[in-house]
Amino acid sequence: MIAGIFTSSWIAGSIVAAMAGVVGFFVVLRGASFAAHALPLCAFPALAAAHLFGLDPLGTALAFALAGAATISAIGQGTRRDIASAIWLVLMLALGELFLSRMHSYARAVYGLLFGQLLGVTPADLHLIAGVGILAALLILLTFRPLLLSTLAPELAVAAGVPPRLVEFLFLALLALASSAALPAVGALLCFSLMVGPASAARHLFDRPTAALAASVALSLLTVWGALLLSSATGWPASLFVGAGGLALYLAPRARSFRSLVRA
Amino acid sequence: MSFLIQSGFLQSGPVQHALIVGGIAAVVAAVVGVPTLIRGQAFASDALAHVSTAGGALAPLIGVNALTGFVLMALAAGGMLEAVPVRDRAERDLLTGIVLGAGLGLAALFLSLGVTLPGASGATVGVLFGSVFLLGADDLVPALTAGGLALVLLMAFLRPILLAALDPDLARVSGVRLRLTGAVHLACLTLAVGLAAMTVGAILSTALIVTPAATAIALTARPGQSLLVAAGLGLAGTWGGLLIAYDSYVWTNGHAWPASFCIVTALCVLHFGLTGGLSLLRHLRGGKVRR
Amino acid sequence: MRDLPEAPPLAVEDLTISHRGRPILDGVSFALNRGELCGLIGANGSGKTTLLRAILGLARPDGGQIRFGGGRRGRIGYLPQKVHVDAYMPLRARDVVALGLDGHRIGLPLPSAQRQARVAAALDAVSAEGFADQRVGTLSGGQQQRVFIAHALVRAPDVLLLDEPLASLDPSIAAEIAALLRRISQQMGIAVLLSAHEVNTLVPVMDKVIYLANRHAVAGPVAEVIRSDVLSRLYGHHIDVLNVHGRILVVTAPDAGAGTAHVTLLP
Repeated sequence: MIAGIFTSSWIAGSIVAAMAGVVGFFVVLRGASFAAHALPLCAFPALAAAHLFGLDPLGTALAFALAGAATISAIGQGTRRDIASAIWLVLMLALGELFLSRMHSYARAVYGLLFGQLLGVTPADLHLIAGVGILAALLILLTFRPLLLSTLAPELAVAAGVPPRLVEFLFLALLALASSAALPAVGALLCFSLMVGPASAARHLFDRPTAALAASVALSLLTVWGALLLSSATGWPASLFVGAGGLALYLAPRARSFRSLVRA
Repeated sequence: MSFLIQSGFLQSGPVQHALIVGGIAAVVAAVVGVPTLIRGQAFASDALAHVSTAGGALAPLIGVNALTGFVLMALAAGGMLEAVPVRDRAERDLLTGIVLGAGLGLAALFLSLGVTLPGASGATVGVLFGSVFLLGADDLVPALTAGGLALVLLMAFLRPILLAALDPDLARVSGVRLRLTGAVHLACLTLAVGLAAMTVGAILSTALIVTPAATAIALTARPGQSLLVAAGLGLAGTWGGLLIAYDSYVWTNGHAWPASFCIVTALCVLHFGLTGGLSLLRHLRGGKVRR
Repeated sequence: MRDLPEAPPLAVEDLTISHRGRPILDGVSFALNRGELCGLIGANGSGKTTLLRAILGLARPDGGQIRFGGGRRGRIGYLPQKVHVDAYMPLRARDVVALGLDGHRIGLPLPSAQRQARVAAALDAVSAEGFADQRVGTLSGGQQQRVFIAHALVRAPDVLLLDEPLASLDPSIAAEIAALLRRISQQMGIAVLLSAHEVNTLVPVMDKVIYLANRHAVAGPVAEVIRSDVLSRLYGHHIDVLNVHGRILVVTAPDAGAGTAHVTLLP
């Protein structure tokens, strides 16, 4: 029984980690951290509503994710997008709160959807995670070069016949989709942490984009595996170790450059 | 009228406490929000708000009041954001995200530890989404102190903070000490986060900071005016939301809507209504829609 | 060659463009031949970028025609104004050039000898082999510009468009890049059109100049365009073209009639 739960959480965690590593690579390079924080929160009211009204969770999450991606990508870059993301984010959280407040195990559901229950992933969750997570990662890999080109310079993409706004929408939609899948495992809040931490370290490790992408996936997997191990050893939530791992991965390359700065 | 304001709204003790604390929170958060948005720190304010969840969850574990917990944790996160040097906007956003992730990890820990405490059921929801109608008379003094402190600091440093937000180089040339101004701004922001967290919960406290300020900035170009407009909108949204939450108890036969949901929705309705109305008005007048 | 006239790779005829009802270009005509380097000169806001965008098909003309020698658009290399690349971006010079070859394609890049050879040839053409494996973000401004020229060259275009490629470079580096473009256009037989707001760096290398002012353009060899009578007609008031220590100065005295001594330097 315990071994069974442990296995499905292990598989779910690995899929989520691989997907977050792929998506996060572009989140970090495109400087889309805030959008990457706001978009997963679309899945919070979506799954709450699905639960409350007996809707199909995947369909509801998809609808909310697409709406979120369309809203944020329509606004463009800069301060205006930040403000729009912030307002979108509080609206989604408040909506999720309303839906959840209609339910019985209110506190438990809130905690689960926001912070995730990596050790409590059920086989039913696993199907959703595997299906959507692998689909999102594959789509990102398929559009790897246009994404990279428009990340490098949107104008270069335009000249090559790649519309940057379409690429941007596609990217945000995939990001939202990926995080809907990750939600039951790492929660709406920490899905994001798993995306940015490993990718921020990976970009320092390799100069080649494909190698850095692979490193991002590898570091993300290590983070989740480490978090699962520590979590089952201490009984503390895996989210804690995912967040701490992200911080450590971000600071590690900086510490090296800080040392060389001192030596110089 | 009796439908709009259900009987006993203003006479009820919990409602009075909620109106006072919510009012202070609304004004402080809205006023701090304006320079925060001008500096492009919507994400940072959101991160501080979410990280303060950990403080709110830690407070009962170490026996301090919730406001202290919120403010201390937000201060720790804000200090970290200021301490690590970053080169540009994308890097700052990345650092903000990383600190946010680490803080939320802590929040997950403290919340899960808190659930095992006796009589702590509902504490999770209280920290995350607030329980404004459960505030007691002993919550008023800390709230008033924090609110007063934040407002005094803000008024004293208002001009340098606004100038530094609008144009850091110009501010430096005019003799503004950027680090000091930044620290004061951060202190006010964390106090605002704490107060807002008492009202609508840590996870939603950004709403009180960002939404009224965003509306005000869209409505008026003058910084001084936008502070007043933001404070007015914040108060209107918060008190209106509290009223709706109170009324909803009657409308829904005892299954009231969460107060923080009502407040956030009221603020967002004000935002979209006013900014949408304004651009419609500009459009009808034939002028250029501001981009 | 001369007996067998082929269609010029790029011909613009009577091009008129306006933006939100405001006219930007009016009746602009010129043609570019293979192996020619042409400078597009004009002050900021004179419509240089708009003209380049129209040639790329990104700005819709109100009138006139843009014709390509191959019959179709698509054999155009393009270098936009100042591309900023962060040093944290895990992208080598080689990868940037490869993105010029197939950045629009779906799917992960698979290693292919032919692809590598074309990338290496483009890097070779701009003498960038020395730093081909370094991160683009860590290269100097001139080195980055070479890499982005290689990015534009790698698909073997007939026409190469460059938007202010010399701005924000040191004068000596700018001269180097200008000479490089000269060599590329001659050796590869490419029609090169580059915009600039300063004419002197380009004088030694360009075959032709298009001078934009007042929504109109004059095109032709430098000696026939940058002259007092031609530019006076273009601007609609008197313009002096001075030659000071071998450098061209285009000067106007806007209120000459009113007796002020104010003199404005034009590009």
